[in-house]
Amino acid sequence: MKAQGQLAIETVGLEKAFGDQKAVAGISLSVPRGSVFGFLGPNGSGKTTTIRMMLGLAEATKGQINLLGYEIPKKVAEVLPKVGALVEGPAFYPYMSGRNNLIRMDSADRNSNPQTREQRVDSALERVGLSNAAKKKVHAYSLGMKQRLGLANALLKPRELLILDEPTNGLDPQGTREVRNLIRSLAAEGITIFLSSHLLTEIEQLCSHVAVMRAGEIVAQGSLNELRSNGQTRLMLVVDQVAEAKEVLKAAGISKTETLGQKLVSSVDRELDVAKLNKALVAKNIAVSELRLENPSLEEYFVDLTGEGFEVVR
Amino acid sequence: MFARLFSASLMLSELRVMFTRRRTWAMLAAIAMIPILLATAVYLSADQIAPGEGPPFLDRVTQNGLFTGFTAMLLAMPLFLPLTMSVVSGDTIAGEAGLGTLRYLLIAPVGRARLLVVKYLATLVFALVGTFVLMIAGAIIGAILFPVGPVTLLSGDVIQIPEALGRMAIVALYTTVSMMGMLALGLFISTLTTIPVGAMTGVLVASGVSQILDNLPQLAWLHEWLFTHYWLDFADILRQPIELGSLGANVILQLGYVAVFGALAYGRLASKDILS
Repeated sequence: MKAQGQLAIETVGLEKAFGDQKAVAGISLSVPRGSVFGFLGPNGSGKTTTIRMMLGLAEATKGQINLLGYEIPKKVAEVLPKVGALVEGPAFYPYMSGRNNLIRMDSADRNSNPQTREQRVDSALERVGLSNAAKKKVHAYSLGMKQRLGLANALLKPRELLILDEPTNGLDPQGTREVRNLIRSLAAEGITIFLSSHLLTEIEQLCSHVAVMRAGEIVAQGSLNELRSNGQTRLMLVVDQVAEAKEVLKAAGISKTETLGQKLVSSVDRELDVAKLNKALVAKNIAVSELRLENPSLEEYFVDLTGEGFEVVR
Repeated sequence: MFARLFSASLMLSELRVMFTRRRTWAMLAAIAMIPILLATAVYLSADQIAPGEGPPFLDRVTQNGLFTGFTAMLLAMPLFLPLTMSVVSGDTIAGEAGLGTLRYLLIAPVGRARLLVVKYLATLVFALVGTFVLMIAGAIIGAILFPVGPVTLLSGDVIQIPEALGRMAIVALYTTVSMMGMLALGLFISTLTTIPVGAMTGVLVASGVSQILDNLPQLAWLHEWLFTHYWLDFADILRQPIELGSLGANVILQLGYVAVFGALAYGRLASKDILS
């Protein structure tokens, strides 16, 4: 049954045009199974439209989509039970309780077992920390609680793939942390997670892979490490004897060094053996109060890619 | 095939959603108020009504409380009943789209055809409940305020109370059937928009236009094709034997509307991008 390839999601030349405007302009995504894949881009860059096409909600103008080895939209009914999703924010019946909302959504799925329904709903509610608010009507929920309920809806069944569109939107810092931990634990279970976000820090914290969207196009894609290596790793060093320390660095083959008082900053290879360097410094009787490697900031890289501006691109 | 188009579990869920809403209960309460207001008004002014004045049957209500339901149905048929039907049917898809729950139902996945079938059947259940509420409220208030006895039918025959109650049930069923076409039209209009109020208004306007056209003698050729044409013909149920001619024609007409607008609704929803 699981004879599908290594990719959880694959799109080829995917395009969506509204009139003559291309919301998605021919993107090719490769989301490896088991990855936490960040889908990063500013608001309005075409992320949600892409997700809608993946889930069969909107029809692609051009291109192909393959979800867990199933062709979309042809086989969408077969693959959707294996996919949990949060699309453009949660949506519920405000006059019904959180629990009844989930029961309703589960009843809509003709593949789901009515015998286990209540139990699955309760465990999904527990997983997102909503057990105590389960009987409250949704109109009394805060945005954060609705967001959690949306996640619970995605977790009503064991899934192979979760497509989460801005899952921490509207959450307070504590809620954000909890949701991120939840995503980590889901990923640890081997579920592939496709996470769309406009928050770089979120992607950096959670994801193994990333694709960057800008104005309907993918401007970068790959593992986080691959993208990081596009930037320069820096060595930060704080010592008591700056001149001596510089000598040691030179001996270790690090020549480009800037000095800021007691602090030395140099561009280094990302594989640099820090322990060995520390040993060499100490051997010269240099007191080291700080020594660390700073990975290149993805932020700088992404700002380069997506532009700094506050302006809506289109 | 049947399983693809219907599921008891989803149907129950749909009815639960519908009957959790206060709006549904408010509309049913309002429907029940029609015979209650009517009977109360007649009761308070009984001696002032000349026979034959006011809506048909009105003068009979004072003689036999069982007529309250029939009279109230005649009053509710042109506007109030269609109004509640347009609210329920206009809300079917547009309401879900407006809330955003439509996208979650579709990725559940519910199946677009199955969603339409279940939504339509739920509106039909509402119509059935609504018409029965009206008849039952009519019977109860009639029995409280007026004498109740064997009913003299339009054909002059007299039927006993149990049979009269049976006829009331048949009228409620007939009225439900009469609503089938309009409910299907509402389902279709509801797939066209994400604003439920827009869809509701559209359905109500359609029923108004249809009734106006039905009253223009110049358009006589069109009349038998209008979904409102047979709405008031339930009076035929009050004859002995029940006159089946227009009832049969109504059933066929309504089924025709269901087929046409059901197909249009499916065509629309199946090909629609859900962007709400």
